[in-house]
Amino acid sequence: MNEIESHGGPAANLPEARASVQQVPDHFENPGLPEHTPRLGDVDPRADKRRERIVLALFALSTLGTIGVLVAYFALPTGKDVATIHRSNLWLGLGLAASLLGIGLAAVQWAKSIMSNEELVESRHPMESSPQVREAAVRNLAEGVKDSGISRRGLLKSAVVGSLALFPLTIAVPLIGNMGGTWDVSKLKHTMWKKGLRLTIDPNGRGIKASDVTIGSVWHVIPEGLDKTPDPLEEKAKAMVLVVRLDPRDVKSEQIPGASYEGIFAYSKVCTHVGCPVALYEQQTHHLLCPCHQSTFDVADGARVIFGPAKRPLPQLPITVDDQGYLVAKSDFTQPVGPSFWERLR
Amino acid sequence: MKSLAARRHDRRAPIVLLALALILTGGLYAVLAAPSSAQAAPVTSQADAQAGQKLFEANCATCHGMGAVGTAIAPSLVGVGAAAVDFQVGTGRMPMTMSGPQAQAKPVQFTQDQISQLAAYVAGLGPGPQIPTADMVDPSKGDPATGMAVFRTNCAMCHNAVGAGGALTQGKFAPNLWQTTPTHIYEAMLTGPQSMPVFNDANITPTEKRDVIAFLKQQGGTQPGGLDLGSLGPVSEGLWAWVVGIGLLIGAAVWIGAKSS
Repeated sequence: MNEIESHGGPAANLPEARASVQQVPDHFENPGLPEHTPRLGDVDPRADKRRERIVLALFALSTLGTIGVLVAYFALPTGKDVATIHRSNLWLGLGLAASLLGIGLAAVQWAKSIMSNEELVESRHPMESSPQVREAAVRNLAEGVKDSGISRRGLLKSAVVGSLALFPLTIAVPLIGNMGGTWDVSKLKHTMWKKGLRLTIDPNGRGIKASDVTIGSVWHVIPEGLDKTPDPLEEKAKAMVLVVRLDPRDVKSEQIPGASYEGIFAYSKVCTHVGCPVALYEQQTHHLLCPCHQSTFDVADGARVIFGPAKRPLPQLPITVDDQGYLVAKSDFTQPVGPSFWERLR
Repeated sequence: MKSLAARRHDRRAPIVLLALALILTGGLYAVLAAPSSAQAAPVTSQADAQAGQKLFEANCATCHGMGAVGTAIAPSLVGVGAAAVDFQVGTGRMPMTMSGPQAQAKPVQFTQDQISQLAAYVAGLGPGPQIPTADMVDPSKGDPATGMAVFRTNCAMCHNAVGAGGALTQGKFAPNLWQTTPTHIYEAMLTGPQSMPVFNDANITPTEKRDVIAFLKQQGGTQPGGLDLGSLGPVSEGLWAWVVGIGLLIGAAVWIGAKSS
């Protein structure tokens, strides 16, 4: 603490510091092992006895755990109700934990507090083989190359290289070929919605009367006849739609003019980010939130993205009503639904 | 004493402290999880409307205006129906104590009679959804399997697959539904309180609403696997694994590597 005072402050200290940098030695001496300090158990037999008892207790805990598992297995059978399953799992798990943890803790405690406490240095041996072995290996390789005649027989050389280069195709082609099962991207551009197809309630398939869609309500919609298609889940994944009715005073903009019916808007439920179902609708703010990455769309503003990683608004489904007053689609979506793909061109 | 002091300055000490802090944080998180509760509601009658009007003018008119026509800070209650009043007042959400992202359930401010009177008054202002009868919300008469299908499509995205609740935007959230009474669940679907959309009887039929209640009444009980961690899915499970699980592993590694005293 007297250093700064004796040198008259940090500024005066500078030349001294520079000089000390120059004095750094080329190498440091091996500081050696720290001084050996005996453990309490090494000097005090009572402490040693106590440590042994701790290890014993841990092994006893393990034994008790094993017995506990067996007892729980036979004495606490699982019945039909969840409570008995819960009880059985709980006691089996606790017993198992005690059984295994007891052994582990006891072994570590044993090694740390009872086994010898001497610092040891294990010297590092050279890794490389002896010169004789290395020479023999190189000689063997050279002899093999000479024996194969690869330098004389040029055709064989090409055949080896060619077959080795081609082999990965047996793995790569099926792997790439099976990605997505098909390369027909036109399927991504169209859904089963078409002119006149009714909007129905997911999951029961009832038609939706426009007069039933009240302001503030939200409807999860599938196309009529979805369950009769060859692959309903594939179709649903593309065609699912969310229908809301907005107060005309709340509508800020429309994505496709004339695609809504008297304030009833139908938007694709597939997020344009990575395709999760966007379904968390806040009726007061008209915000539609994606549960996966919090992309938020403003339904009152043409399903514009107002937050999150999505880059495009949710595609709107043009709708109208049929002569019985049920909501029907005017056409398919006017753009591909869901996340971007290579050939989307937008 | 000297060896104690030396160990206190061990360079592993920060790691041990960090591990302990992480375990403590995880433990505290596991402890902090408070459900909300509410009361049931009987049917109201028109005779209560007069008393309800007095209650309304004394307790609600400041925000909702005289005659419940609404003001700049609170919506009109004409046509919201008795169901909305029974839900909002019966769960303690109204009267609000302070403005915030959303009105939260809190201890109920009125007796059941007073709630019925308020509901009768508001119901008289304009036609609106009625309070369901006990039969309409009886979980034992619903089909939980159908209820699950309806819940999964319409409710699970906000309220979580088993009704444990979940976060919305800007401090709003969908509450846990395990302690909510069947009547209040029904009324919430019918009236769409706050951020929640309306699910009218054409969208989810009264029978389906009862099925949803039957499904919800089977959730939130004893779990077969032990700790349910709030049934919040990967969020709480991840937190548990990363904070408590890895914290314990780090603690064990430090213990194994430390010299015995």
